[in-house]
Amino acid sequence: MRRPGWFLSAIAAGLYIFLYAPIVVIIVFSFNAARFGTVWEGFTTKWYGALLHDSAALSATKNTLLLALVSTGIATLLGSLLAFGLTRFDFPGRKIFDRVLYVPVFVPDIVLATSLLLFYSLVGSFIPALELGMTTMILGHVTFQISFVAIVVRARLAGLDPALEEAARDLGAGEWKTFLHVTLPLMLPGVLAGAMLAFTLSLDDFIVSFFTSGPGSTTLPILIYSSVKRGLTPDINALATLIILISVLATVSLTWLQKNKQDPHPKK
Amino acid sequence: MQGERHLEPQKCSVPLAVEVVSLLRQFGSVVALSGVSLEIRKGEFFSLLGPSGCGKTTLLRVIAGLDLPDGGLIRISGRDAAEIPAHRRPVNTVFQSYALFPHLTVSDNIAFGLRMKKIAAAEIVDRVQRVLALMQITELATRKPAQLSGGQKQRVALARALVNEPEVLLLDEPLGALDLQLRRQLQVELHQLQRKLGITFIMVTHDQEEALVMSDRIAVMNGGKIEQLGSAREIYERPRTRFVAQFIGQCNLFKADVRPANNGDILARTELGEFSVSNVSKDPTRPGSFMAIRPEKIQLLGGATCGMKNSFAARIEGFTYCGAETRYRLLAGQQTVNVVVMNREASAVFQPGETVQCLLPAEHLILLDA
Repeated sequence: MRRPGWFLSAIAAGLYIFLYAPIVVIIVFSFNAARFGTVWEGFTTKWYGALLHDSAALSATKNTLLLALVSTGIATLLGSLLAFGLTRFDFPGRKIFDRVLYVPVFVPDIVLATSLLLFYSLVGSFIPALELGMTTMILGHVTFQISFVAIVVRARLAGLDPALEEAARDLGAGEWKTFLHVTLPLMLPGVLAGAMLAFTLSLDDFIVSFFTSGPGSTTLPILIYSSVKRGLTPDINALATLIILISVLATVSLTWLQKNKQDPHPKK
Repeated sequence: MQGERHLEPQKCSVPLAVEVVSLLRQFGSVVALSGVSLEIRKGEFFSLLGPSGCGKTTLLRVIAGLDLPDGGLIRISGRDAAEIPAHRRPVNTVFQSYALFPHLTVSDNIAFGLRMKKIAAAEIVDRVQRVLALMQITELATRKPAQLSGGQKQRVALARALVNEPEVLLLDEPLGALDLQLRRQLQVELHQLQRKLGITFIMVTHDQEEALVMSDRIAVMNGGKIEQLGSAREIYERPRTRFVAQFIGQCNLFKADVRPANNGDILARTELGEFSVSNVSKDPTRPGSFMAIRPEKIQLLGGATCGMKNSFAARIEGFTYCGAETRYRLLAGQQTVNVVVMNREASAVFQPGETVQCLLPAEHLILLDA
């Protein structure tokens, strides 16, 4: 590949500053000793320490992780099965179900969130277990995660040679053994990539969580939002920095998984 | 190829490996198999030959149980196969794409079928070793399919099927993805392997040379039907339909009206004159049929030798030198005639523009339906 000239390099540099300067700023200010404002008063890590004693932050972290883990688990299982059904079976309306899969991806989060709020308020008045709170947040996240998981897994399944499953049957494997010994191992990279995507989406989500949460189910994004309304504080900067760190780690492992998916045998 | 076997119909003494009766298969409005009936004998190398879309692969998949027929009957070793699902049939398939499991090593790929049958681990190791040795791929045992060449994958796919000792081995265009030289080599190997193991092979191919070289018998398929079934020699020398004549090798066709002659031969009247045809088995008194002859059966005679029986004059339009033979393109009236002449002399015998006499020996002329 060619090396870019100085003009292109300058544009690229400007672009990256535009993209990443805000993130760098929040990371830098999480180490700022000043209690208020945007004046630099020296380096400190005390805000990170303070987070450990902040019960609200700790419980929000616990809620966020619980929400992300449980919803990702459910969405990965259901989304993978959905993808398997859509690619391996034919039934009336299969094409429609296939297209409808994209709707939760395209629908604006705010629309999805309001409909979920309306729906669970309605249902919650009949079924007490579905009152707004952690359960409805998990269900809400699963609602948008399933589509993402199913789309990723379906792409993986569609790329597999159908003769592979036929070969397994030909060699004496029944339907279940074919799935267990051939289909599942081959779709697994797609399943993991889908799960990782669902996990980061849940971790990031503010709108759906905010609308479907109840008392005691505050997550990190909600906590940060309500604190910021009272002014920017360095402990929130520290919290945001930690979230960035987790997101970066998740994204890196996702890319790594996808790379391995494309090239399953990098070493000869 | 080497000494074809003469398998004359002897229904009682030769047991059947596969019997197919009036098989039907439709995909929407497309008829893939329209009433195919076949008997494949135990231990024979049988080929299904035809252009793409003729139904040959569908027939193979129906025998394997990977596709279900809409009507008709299949018996494998005398048992009705309708009741046997694909994974219990005593047949194994070599897929066109090989379909090796990419997440398993070569030896795990080969062991797959044995493991599914819950065969003892020690026996699996032993049988995998033996088939690796048979296919001369022992050194590939620990590799993954992505690390194999096309020819190596082909051998692994064969080994994976053969290790199960199937009663019938189904091969779907087994050499289709390989280059010409490797294909020629594997044609011979596959043929010898089949002789050695005595397993019934049913091969699907669109390559007529491959079918002629390897098979004991060939079924030529077209449009979901069997056009002709016979040994390689029968199919080439005595094609019964226009399709078979033109699909297998080259053929010169002449429109002809046919009537019996006094001496028991048949007379075919064409635009180029009347020709007597011997060696005709079926009722020839049909108008509007075709007279056909293979390019290498026509004799070219130089000089003015008019008035010979079964001959006509034609002008040489051009020729292609092909090493062992020369292919001449001739024009007789409106009709183009292709003639292949073995190169016994070092120099070209005829030049473009020359007028020669084409002699069509009566015993090589074939009569075909319109």
